[in-house]
Amino acid sequence: MRIKVNGQESELADGTDIHSILAAHQLTPDKVAVELNRRLVRSDKYDTKLKEGDQLEIVPFVGGG
Amino acid sequence: MNPLRIAKFEIHSPLIVGTGKYASYEIMQQALEASGCQVVTVAVRRERLIDKQGRSILDFLDLTKYIILPNTAGCFTAEDAIRVALLGRDLLEKQKNPGANWVKLEVLGDKKTLLPDPVGSLEATRELVKEGFNVLCYTSDDPIAARRIKEAGAASVMPAGSPIGSGQGILNPLNISLCLETLKEGDANYPVIVDAGVGTASDVAIAMELGADGVLLNTGIAHAKDPVKMAGGMRMAIEAGRLSFESGRIAKKRYATASSPFDGIISYIPGE
Repeated sequence: MRIKVNGQESELADGTDIHSILAAHQLTPDKVAVELNRRLVRSDKYDTKLKEGDQLEIVPFVGGG
Repeated sequence: MNPLRIAKFEIHSPLIVGTGKYASYEIMQQALEASGCQVVTVAVRRERLIDKQGRSILDFLDLTKYIILPNTAGCFTAEDAIRVALLGRDLLEKQKNPGANWVKLEVLGDKKTLLPDPVGSLEATRELVKEGFNVLCYTSDDPIAARRIKEAGAASVMPAGSPIGSGQGILNPLNISLCLETLKEGDANYPVIVDAGVGTASDVAIAMELGADGVLLNTGIAHAKDPVKMAGGMRMAIEAGRLSFESGRIAKKRYATASSPFDGIISYIPGE
């Protein structure tokens, strides 16, 4: 299935969940927040399986004023 | 100094410092330390999935010492600001940092000036207050806009001294003073924090002398030639300004009044 992760198109196996994507990018779930189709996903729902056309945003804190 | 009280927080330093634009995380750490601040702002941005250096800003902030205040910088619509605020809260909850329910709200109107969008700011304040946030809202120095934002339930109103990062200081002290007057009418402890445009230590002192409860700045420290020294100067300035405000300064007079007595004078006074 094709999904977008942080604005970039990605081809992933059907049924990939959010946990797997974080792991694939070596990201610590505690240091990022996740949005699926413009809605916040809490960490207890990181087992949500993604679908064709889904848009995922994975965001940490960065420096800012 | 009395602590700065915002929502349930008692903050020991009225100086809030941003974590952006430093030449390195190490310099950022030293500058924050020199500033004596307790609250630091951070932004929320996409993780770089390629070329990840593996360093997180959280690795460089001692969370036993600092309280994180996430911002919604770079948001030009209320909807985006609300999304970012929710993401920031989720991140804070994961860190168990005490600030989990607060946000520095910015809804910008224009890329060039980064001036706030008054309508978007108001909408986002209302919505975020409903979501249980303590909203610290960045706004212009227009006293009416400031009042509306307070009425919408903001925990603190943060009028800009001048455009973000411009270093122009407090361009309209009258308006800041009018903001303070309207926001603190019948509510002397309502926190008002001057945010944006602070360029140097005297700007911080001026803000405090006008009666602000705190000052928020980032570029003025991060882009100074010596950020750590400037941060130290800002720390002194915030105290100097607060003491000066509390001391009841002398009035400005048109003419001179001598500091030494005229009685017993031995010199010739012209005209006498």
